[in-house]
Amino acid sequence: MHALGLIFAPGLLANGPVRTALIVGAGAAIVSAVVGVFTVMRGQSFAGHALADVSSAGGSAAFLLGVSPLLGFLGLAALAAGGMEWADIRDARERDLVTGVVLGVGLGLTALLLYFDTLWGSTSGAAITVLFGSMFTIPASIVPLALAVAAVALVAIGTIYRPLLLSSLSADLAQAQGVRVRRTALVHALALALAVSLAAMTVGAILSTALLIGPAAASLRLADRPGRALVWAVLFGWAATWGGIVLAYDSFYWTPGRGWPVSFFIVLLILIAYLLASLAGRGGRLALRGARER
Amino acid sequence: MTNTWIVATLVAVVAGMVGFFVVVRRAAFAAHVLPLGAFPGAAAASLLGVSELAGIAVFCALGVLGISQLQRWERREVATALWLAVALALGTLFLSMTRQYSRGLYALLFGEVLGVSSRQLVPVAVLSAIAIATTAVLFRPLLLDSLSSELAAAAGAAGRRMELIFLSVLALSTAMALPVVGALMVFSLMVGPASAARLLTDRPRTAFALSVAFSLATVWGAIALSYLSDWPVGFFVGALGGLSYAAGRLRAGRARR
Repeated sequence: MHALGLIFAPGLLANGPVRTALIVGAGAAIVSAVVGVFTVMRGQSFAGHALADVSSAGGSAAFLLGVSPLLGFLGLAALAAGGMEWADIRDARERDLVTGVVLGVGLGLTALLLYFDTLWGSTSGAAITVLFGSMFTIPASIVPLALAVAAVALVAIGTIYRPLLLSSLSADLAQAQGVRVRRTALVHALALALAVSLAAMTVGAILSTALLIGPAAASLRLADRPGRALVWAVLFGWAATWGGIVLAYDSFYWTPGRGWPVSFFIVLLILIAYLLASLAGRGGRLALRGARER
Repeated sequence: MTNTWIVATLVAVVAGMVGFFVVVRRAAFAAHVLPLGAFPGAAAASLLGVSELAGIAVFCALGVLGISQLQRWERREVATALWLAVALALGTLFLSMTRQYSRGLYALLFGEVLGVSSRQLVPVAVLSAIAIATTAVLFRPLLLDSLSSELAAAAGAAGRRMELIFLSVLALSTAMALPVVGALMVFSLMVGPASAARLLTDRPRTAFALSVAFSLATVWGAIALSYLSDWPVGFFVGALGGLSYAAGRLRAGRARR
């Protein structure tokens, strides 16, 4: 009992903001892990990161307008994801550039909106909140919306699971099998937008990449089958998020008064999982298969 | 104002040159992650009380080593994303330790070109001279490796070494530009003008020169607009970069018809 008391500091589960963080964090971690496995296999890590950064413009706009930040992140991420898929660029180099240019414009917009935030807003810490997240200040009222977003993303991936897997491993093969490759890609992009905005809410826009790519990369080094990789990714992401929240809460007791940020602990745990998976894994055949084709 | 103009011009020239290789090598993600992953260095430097540039340089070097090491195990963009996670996790930790840093954070990410002191001028000038010289010397082998790595290997330039050299040049120009134009804007300046230039011509040397010219036009325009409107420079750099790419696309599309 005493040992448990050391890990779970007194009052952890009775604390409202912590409970909200645990629920929203778990949703973000699970959805990011599932979508992330496909994102890594499809070689779209850069697009995933760019969506997160572009969505931060929506987050800053939400601060300015006083609406729920999740809606802001969501709106811009969906817009950017739809736009990138609509442009439908096959050539890998051109896709890299378009992603880069969209990212550049999105960041410029974020700069402008954050500047307005500091000019007119009452919150001087908007930049830190939008870019680095602040899990313990998520309002409890957001829980239903966050869970709904998570459910929609998971259902979307679930309904296209087989065709998505096939087209992620080999687009040519999928086409030959009669898969509608473009529609599958669009659904994946929208699910990616949902996952990224949820993660941006919790760990911040620029660290959401860690939740998306970290668990997926770790699981793909460990597992040699897609189904198992999904299970491992969910376990890694979920455990790291809850572990990070608990450690951050506890750190108020070990550090002089302030505590260390949740995002730091979550990423630390994800990286430990990645290193352990690399040591135990069978060399990441699944992760590299898509790469060789491109 | 003169200081600002000199520094911004140097940054634009280097970004235009390096940006050309970012575009031909498809390295936009690395060009985004190296600067963003270097800002924790500045936060750490302010924590330890050492020079900001030293902190940034250390994190740039760590970034080059980290990305090239991870590339042995993972494909390129996953390796880059993982390094980003490592660097930013450290960044959040350092930021949480220095409370007063919120104002500085905005400048580091989005830049504050209008406030360059003469003391900042010398290191920027030295670093940009090194970056320009390295790019000039390596122009041919780097271009060969970027266009066809098999051909370059036959000519005696090993791919992995070239990637390391390229990342080092990228890191060098990042370290120089970051304190002045900010981590996120270094990236916009490298990708926007260079990708527009590549759309307009197939000849490498012409594209290289155009890339530098567009980059200069973007920076000068952005500073002038920012001075007139009082809006952040970063916004104009991003917007002008996007506009020049869109214009290039439109022109290239019309020429093909």
